Amino acid sequence: MAREIISTGNDLAAIAAVDAGCEFFGGYPLTPSSEVMHTISDLLPRAGGAAIQMEDEIAGVCCAIGAAMSGKRSLTATSGPGISLKAENIGLAFIAEVPLVIVNVMRGGPSTGLPTRVSQGDVLQAKSPTHGDYKSITLCAGTLSECYTETVRAFNLADRFMQPVFVLLDETIGHMSGKATLPTLDEVKAGIKLRKTFDGAAADYKPYECADDQPAVLNPMFKGYRYHYTGLHHDENGHPTEDEQKCDALLKRLFKKVDAHTDELELNEEYMLDDAEVMIIAYGSVALSAKEAVNRLRAEGIKVGMFRPITLWPSPSKRIKELCDKFKKVLVTELNLGQYIEEIERVSGRRDFATLFKANGRPIAPLEIIEKVKGM
Amino acid sequence: MAFNYDEYLRTKKMPTLWCWGCGDGVILKAFIRAIDKLGWNMDDVCVVSGIGCSGRFSSYINCNTVHTTHGRTIAYATGIKLANPDKKVFCITGDGDGLAIGGNHTIHGCRRNIDINHIVINNFIYGLTNSQTSPTTPQGMWTVTMKRGNIDPTFDACNLAIGAGATFVARETMLDPKKLEKVFVQGFEHNGYSFFDIFSNCHVNLGRKNKMNSAMANLEWIDSITASKTKFDKMSDEEKVGLFPTGVLKHDTTKNEYTDMYKKVQEAHQNKTMVQF
Repeated sequence: MAREIISTGNDLAAIAAVDAGCEFFGGYPLTPSSEVMHTISDLLPRAGGAAIQMEDEIAGVCCAIGAAMSGKRSLTATSGPGISLKAENIGLAFIAEVPLVIVNVMRGGPSTGLPTRVSQGDVLQAKSPTHGDYKSITLCAGTLSECYTETVRAFNLADRFMQPVFVLLDETIGHMSGKATLPTLDEVKAGIKLRKTFDGAAADYKPYECADDQPAVLNPMFKGYRYHYTGLHHDENGHPTEDEQKCDALLKRLFKKVDAHTDELELNEEYMLDDAEVMIIAYGSVALSAKEAVNRLRAEGIKVGMFRPITLWPSPSKRIKELCDKFKKVLVTELNLGQYIEEIERVSGRRDFATLFKANGRPIAPLEIIEKVKGM
Repeated sequence: MAFNYDEYLRTKKMPTLWCWGCGDGVILKAFIRAIDKLGWNMDDVCVVSGIGCSGRFSSYINCNTVHTTHGRTIAYATGIKLANPDKKVFCITGDGDGLAIGGNHTIHGCRRNIDINHIVINNFIYGLTNSQTSPTTPQGMWTVTMKRGNIDPTFDACNLAIGAGATFVARETMLDPKKLEKVFVQGFEHNGYSFFDIFSNCHVNLGRKNKMNSAMANLEWIDSITASKTKFDKMSDEEKVGLFPTGVLKHDTTKNEYTDMYKKVQEAHQNKTMVQF
């Protein structure tokens, strides 16, 4: 039996984290994400874990990474300005292969931007939050239920791929209150897949020696398996190296561990596309408006459908290409001035999409989408 | 019998990348001897470091080790300690790492009084990156960014730590390894934030343009700017100018330690009560 609760997107992300076995939260207040910290700072100590408000955004992510290095499932939550501040240390989690879930409740940017208003302006930031080469895994909740399920999925993917995983909410989804249908706690617990560990002799343990498409195997600290974490390029034991072959292999493995397993990551919703003549591509809260627009247009006899990527990065490139080959008329709508469309254009090879973009902090209403579709 | 350092070291990583005559190795040895004296199991020890010559400290010690980004050592260590309150957590930073870019985290680590042992290896310069000014570079000295003499006032790291609320604060130099070992033991045993400002030499990148182009010359200068707290306290204000007191400058066992307090937070949330101080 599924559970039904009345909650907000931000609260659901916090509840999901604790249900998924998160034991540590480190963060700093940042509108519109702060309620994640408000809620988890009650839930975690109750469950025997710890939540700490640090002195700044950087310290927030650093202590979360530290706890994750020690073996605990760990979370931080923020918004775009916070990601900008955390970026260098998110990079350390990529190269040292530390599993971490980062919830970003998006607000208007750049800079301080529109702190209390909705945006999807951090989609490209989530793909490339920090310098250097790595592969982002970014999930984007489009419903209240998904604020829960995608946070749970993020924890399992972080441990599977041993790297940071972003959960993008936007201000609308984060602050929206309503009924959410959730999997049972037993189902969530049964689905928990913790990071792999090595249980052989400590002398044989080489945490970063693994197949070229697999993540590092990082045992929890304090269990007799001693190794070194560093943000430098490193060898099989985690020690700094500038050996050209080892550096090359490390970065290529960071790519391949994700690229070779996109089937484990891809998740999309396809709504009424079977007989559609027009395809709307939307994600996050915009997809709520898009779905409503599809329903109303269908009531008028206009055959419209919607494609909604839930895993934004890596993008569902094959499926986007197939659908863009199939549908002549495609509308891309997002709460920025055209970020994900760059990826859709790249993978489809097309440049003739209709667009509906907005970056003034206001949501995109169903009526705006309806008018746009009727004009196509 | 000679002390066996090997069981505490990653001997394959030897020799260190520190320059010939660098004081960091003396501090590493005193650190190891202090841990040995305390009888701690290295599986229970985590050493976290930042960026700079001091950043490499962690990679030489055979335990759980973390080499973090520039300045963020204390923040990483806070997560490790809060998530594992019964383990021993050490931070090794430099003067630039711990007092410039990482100054905010040092302040708040001290303020929380979390049971972390923070050793600042203070060589008065950015050594690894070729002589840029650090917060502890004395006024008037040549640096590559202040070639006509540094005008920035010099930071007294211990005064900062005391003011911010660290409950164990000590200053020593690498000139007296036995004293260093003793103060480490005392501070490591202390339940709370233990802050150590340890003067070390960088005759290569501080000394070369400041008339102390050998380890010995640099050490003599360190000797000339320090005085034991006992002597220092008896000096007149004029005599104290340019001098740093050494020894244990603060040891307060009355303050609550952060992870002890966090256990009370857990209980309060579980029992729906308020934290009792």
